[in-house]
Amino acid sequence: MIGRIDSKVPSGPLDSKWENHKFESKLINPSNKRKYSVLVVGSGLAGASAAASLAELGYQVKCFCYQDSPRRAHSIAAQGGINGAKNYQGDGDSVHRLFYDTVKGGDFRAREANVHRLAEVSVDIIDQCVALGVPFAREYGGLLANRSFGGTQVSRTFYARGQTGQQLLLGAYSSLNRMIGAGSVQMFPRTEMLELVIVDGHAKGIVVRDMVTGAISSHSADAVVLATGGYGNVYYLSTNAKGCNVTAPWRAYKKGALFANPCFTQIHPTCIPVSGSYQSKLTLMSESLRNDGRCWAPKKKSDTRKPGDIPEDERDYYLERMYPAFGNLAPRDIASRAAKMQCDDGRGVGPGGFGVYLDFRDAILRYGRGTIGGANLSETEAHARGTEKVKALYGNLFDMYHQITAESGYEQPMRVYPAVHYTMGGLWVDYNLMSNVPGLFVLGEANFSDHGANRLGASALMQGLADGYFILPATIGNYLATVAPDKRPKADHAEFRAAEEAVNARTQKFLSIKGKKTVDEFHRELGLLMWDLCGMARTEKSLTRALSRIPTLREEFWTNVNVPGSSDSLNVSLEKAGRVADFLEFGELMCLDALERRESCGGHFREEFQYTEKDPEVQSGKVCAGDVKRDDENFCHVACWEYGGTTLKPLRHTEPLIYEVVHPAVRSYR
Amino acid sequence: MNLKLKVWRQKDRNSEGRLVDITANSIPPEASFLEMLDIVNDELTRKGDEPIAFDHDCREGICGTCSLSINGIPHGPSETTTCQLYMRKFSDGDTIYIEPFRAKAFPVIRDLCVDRMAFERIQQAGGFITARAGSAQDGNAILVPKQNADLAMEAAACIGCGACVGACPNGSAMLFVGAKVTHLAELPQGQPERQRRVLSMVAQMDKEGFGNCSNYYECEAVCPAEIPATVIAKLNREYAVAGAKDTVGVE
Amino acid sequence: MNSCCTFLRSSIGKKLLVAITGVILIAFVIGHLLGNLQFFAGPHVINEYGTKLRHLPFGGLWVVRIGMIAAVLLHIFTTLMLVKENRAAKGAGYQFKASVQAKVATRLMALSGIILLSYIVFHLLHFTTHTINSDYAHWMDGEDHDVYRMIVAGFSNKAVAIFYIVAMVLLAMHLSHGAASLFQTLGLRTKKMACRLGLCAQIFAWVICAGYVSIPVAVLTGFYDKKHIGNAETPSCCEAPATKGAK
Repeated sequence: MIGRIDSKVPSGPLDSKWENHKFESKLINPSNKRKYSVLVVGSGLAGASAAASLAELGYQVKCFCYQDSPRRAHSIAAQGGINGAKNYQGDGDSVHRLFYDTVKGGDFRAREANVHRLAEVSVDIIDQCVALGVPFAREYGGLLANRSFGGTQVSRTFYARGQTGQQLLLGAYSSLNRMIGAGSVQMFPRTEMLELVIVDGHAKGIVVRDMVTGAISSHSADAVVLATGGYGNVYYLSTNAKGCNVTAPWRAYKKGALFANPCFTQIHPTCIPVSGSYQSKLTLMSESLRNDGRCWAPKKKSDTRKPGDIPEDERDYYLERMYPAFGNLAPRDIASRAAKMQCDDGRGVGPGGFGVYLDFRDAILRYGRGTIGGANLSETEAHARGTEKVKALYGNLFDMYHQITAESGYEQPMRVYPAVHYTMGGLWVDYNLMSNVPGLFVLGEANFSDHGANRLGASALMQGLADGYFILPATIGNYLATVAPDKRPKADHAEFRAAEEAVNARTQKFLSIKGKKTVDEFHRELGLLMWDLCGMARTEKSLTRALSRIPTLREEFWTNVNVPGSSDSLNVSLEKAGRVADFLEFGELMCLDALERRESCGGHFREEFQYTEKDPEVQSGKVCAGDVKRDDENFCHVACWEYGGTTLKPLRHTEPLIYEVVHPAVRSYR
Repeated sequence: MNLKLKVWRQKDRNSEGRLVDITANSIPPEASFLEMLDIVNDELTRKGDEPIAFDHDCREGICGTCSLSINGIPHGPSETTTCQLYMRKFSDGDTIYIEPFRAKAFPVIRDLCVDRMAFERIQQAGGFITARAGSAQDGNAILVPKQNADLAMEAAACIGCGACVGACPNGSAMLFVGAKVTHLAELPQGQPERQRRVLSMVAQMDKEGFGNCSNYYECEAVCPAEIPATVIAKLNREYAVAGAKDTVGVE
Repeated sequence: MNSCCTFLRSSIGKKLLVAITGVILIAFVIGHLLGNLQFFAGPHVINEYGTKLRHLPFGGLWVVRIGMIAAVLLHIFTTLMLVKENRAAKGAGYQFKASVQAKVATRLMALSGIILLSYIVFHLLHFTTHTINSDYAHWMDGEDHDVYRMIVAGFSNKAVAIFYIVAMVLLAMHLSHGAASLFQTLGLRTKKMACRLGLCAQIFAWVICAGYVSIPVAVLTGFYDKKHIGNAETPSCCEAPATKGAK
């Protein structure tokens, strides 16, 4: 049983907490640092930057990833950009504004001190990335360019075409490579963590499987860092990479780490709609497209006309109508829900009516007419010129859309629909990014800390790099200083042996079932169930239903799955089986968390808790009917779940969220 | 649509591989190439056979994991990567050869998966700028002319998939190495290590057993990130200058 | 840290050697063509030119000859090393062979090179050392060696002329790839040049080819100074041994 949850947020005024904390943090002298060994699991923005930075400081680092190279981590797919409170545009930005936007964007469910630190550090991240050679977009004068993103009214997003995540990851990856080359980091690609090892209450190592040879091995260390990303693939279809999984955090959870706010998932409003049951993943169209694209749905129900044939006055630019102040740049949760509302109302477009339009017609004409001598151009000429400009800005996204749908976004509006994208929940961590298990640190999307109930665009990259480059290197010393160097258990310690045996037993179990259904079939089934019952809208009824159906599915999995092949070679089915088995357990916790959080906030929308026409906030025009309705009195806290063993229900603890500076208010984007 | 596949199956690094005939039935034209393989794999698994192992991850053309050659061409007729290739590009009844990327430096580890660690070691040899976390000056203190930033970005867009090597009749990695060298040489931040970088990366590239460029330009034709072969010209120039300077001892 | 040898032994170093020797060979091909084209200016011009070449100061002709042999050997030797490495680097290759944009000329570089080499050997035995027909050495035009007559006699043999023409077509192919490639290898090819470079190299290669081929064609079609040849066919040939032969 876990006692009081202590976030270890330092005292003092908000804007000096981090500085003071760094000063008060324990230091380890350089000659001792090399005696400490740290394991970093995951090599995305958070993992790669942490592994590199820790190695730069002098720690011995081992880094693990399931991909064939650290550069493949899914951070690479982030398109739009990274926020930094540089105020290079002189448009009124500041650390405080980024902090405020993020707290408000997260619907007042994030820890204030963490978010403020994130905003402070955002400035250093940009500098660090520039120094590493990240080719951010530049203006003609050679200065850094910015663009705007959802949920904010300033331009603070730095970008590298539509491939910002790729460039930032390659920057962190290059640092990691430098340290691998220098022998300070040992890299283990195609290696999957299957168990966390705890010795005397402290995280002291992991058990991994070499995915090529199937060899199971143990690695012992003084601290373990999980930077393993989010769990969006519990829905099977998501914008995550196929390999993204919850296994590492889930193994940690089952060893006593708290899982925080698992029900907080982000549904991204502009993804390419599902086209069939064979579909294996969903593709995101960057939020940056909403800078210029306008979202609309036909006003008439079941309107089957071609988009071009629908006259202007029969189009409903619903975001501009509902949220005039932010318009198409409304935050993701709000834009997603608005799109769903149009479709639920029978006004969706495309196959099955699961889609709305994202239209560039007006932007193309505006750009075309905005060129020199463009003011008097005919519509066709302006369209041609504007297309060029839009190509330069978003070309790769339009190409991607074209490849997938065989339709041109320049000639007709793109069809988009919300899809699972990011998970705000994750392992619980304190201000030092350490979980309740001493020595276990969690970074990036894998932790819960900074985004509350909804993440703003261009903030995930910021958080991953903040955690890895700046925060963990400063805070890990606080823990390591409490453990003697060179005293870590050997990798043949009884706990390691036991963990290895557990892994082997599990593997043999998978291989011996020899059932009738493939792993993917179970995954698809779970995904569909989660999407229908615990997706964009949740009700007590749907969640209760999910909670009764998941265990049945899980039972069927363990008796009827077919995992061919052997354990001593590259075995794709075996890898997937392990991950899906964990999703089948995790999904239940997610539904339980969603059920227990009897309010709506950010991405967590409980239909029972929404604003209606009767509410004064709607009448005064602050929010729309259908917007989420928080319950600050009862739920202004982090829900932290403790594993209850195989038989007991998980225990729900809470960490109250105390707002010293920002006061939770109705979240208005009107 | 129904297709006849000829798929390379190989148990592991040390085994012999061969092409195996597999049929793919009722494939929707909207499915991606990898989804077609998913469907085939589901069938195989249901029959108790082992599914075809192929590398893939993001399935949106950016991670660079997918690594197979379709009818002798890396990423096949796709404009970008295999994962962004849709079955509508094929016709009912087609025979499709699916092989792993072929090059000595990319040993096959199973079926269609190859080991691209050689790329990693080249990067580790010098594909970076030394800048410790926390040591950087203000981002805007370094002015980068837009044209250089654009050129750097164009080269930096490389996704490291290795199609260039797979397509090159010589198994050369010069497009890959040229892209990284160009990216960093175009930026002011990359100048201090410019000479050292190109010398070490080329030395490692040679050590890994990649071939030499003889200007077929197959690499640029298959490159999903549209890296132009002019980065190889840039690599050659950088290397010639650095090598000459290094030989005579000029910094 | 590196010695000159490590530099030249590297992949790019070897490519540079091929390119630099290629530049030398291209310069030779141009110079040689300009010399040959004097055929059309009449027997005396080209014969005098031949004598001038032989009497270049400081043994210039031998300097050039040795230089050319060195360049050819280095060009071939380095290429062979590259080819060997490339074969090893590719391994077994694909079961289904395909290519996207590799040009025929590029793929046939080794073949065109080998045939060209055999042609060069024949050409030297034929026109320089006169091993094939030792009579050539004795043909004189006044004080000068009668190069003109040698050319006409040589190309009047249809087999020789056809071998020559085929070799020149292969030379064009070799050059069309080589001339463009050297810009790439020497690091001079830019994106702006890229598309035009290929075309320019094609034009250059085929102009060179046309220039060379024009001579056997002229001979075969009877477009030459028949008077000179007619005169030469008089017993003057028999006097030849008394005069200085070709060096």
